[in-house]
Amino acid sequence: MSSLIRYISEPHPVTGVTNAKLGTWCFLASEVMLFGGLFSAYILLRTGAPSWPDGSELLNVPLATFNTLVLIVSSVTMVMSWASLAMRDFAKYRTYMGLTILLGLTFLVVKAFEYGAKFAHHHFPKTDMFYAIYFTLTGLHGLHVLVGILVNLYFLYPGSTLWKTEPEQFTGRVECAGLYWHFVDLVWIFLFPVLYLL
Amino acid sequence: MGHATEEIKRHVKVYVSVFVALAFLTVVTVTVSYLHLPMARAVLVALSIATVKGSLVALFFMHLISERQIIFSVLLLTFVFFGVLLLLPTFSS
Repeated sequence: MSSLIRYISEPHPVTGVTNAKLGTWCFLASEVMLFGGLFSAYILLRTGAPSWPDGSELLNVPLATFNTLVLIVSSVTMVMSWASLAMRDFAKYRTYMGLTILLGLTFLVVKAFEYGAKFAHHHFPKTDMFYAIYFTLTGLHGLHVLVGILVNLYFLYPGSTLWKTEPEQFTGRVECAGLYWHFVDLVWIFLFPVLYLL
Repeated sequence: MGHATEEIKRHVKVYVSVFVALAFLTVVTVTVSYLHLPMARAVLVALSIATVKGSLVALFFMHLISERQIIFSVLLLTFVFFGVLLLLPTFSS
């Protein structure tokens, strides 16, 4: 396999990075544009609206603060799972990766409670412009968290057999999964103040 | 191998410091929001704190601080277009 796809474990002589890492960053660049378009829509809608509600009066700030901290901790456990592999400690990797998945699930459960409370009060995307952009941005972000959990689950169980045969390649894969996970955390770092606090 | 492990152990200490900074800045941004500053100032403070937090994540957790030139080139191009996207609403009026 390694002979078919080159420079997935060792850096490409021209770029100095593995093709896997460069590919992941190009993918993240497209993700920046995806969320960027929606942030742009948010600015357009907000500046064009005659009035705009205060997010903190409509949304649950303490819950979202808790979720922000959950995602930050999950970023730490994710980078620790990579660091454990770099230090050749597979058992620790499993623990940190498992924790990252649990924290990701915690984020989604809290988000589901938030959505549930909104629906119970008959607040839907169609309610007004604020809820339309709130559900679109947080919904798309939530989908990204879900995909991150699935990727991490793959690397926790079926995908981790690669560790026995190609440890360098597996460590590189977990690093790339980490780049994606940190990006999802980074998006939330901006979504939280923009939607909940301003 | 031993050298690499020592290097990673140093990284781990940095990760813990970054976590403390991120948690602290989260508390700061929420606290400031309760002060109900004028809108322009509130936006400036909230986005400045978010930018610092985002930079910490990108620099340390995503290893940008020790990344190669090619990655920065990709990101530079991305942020030029990201900037254009964010400025689009101002062109519309």
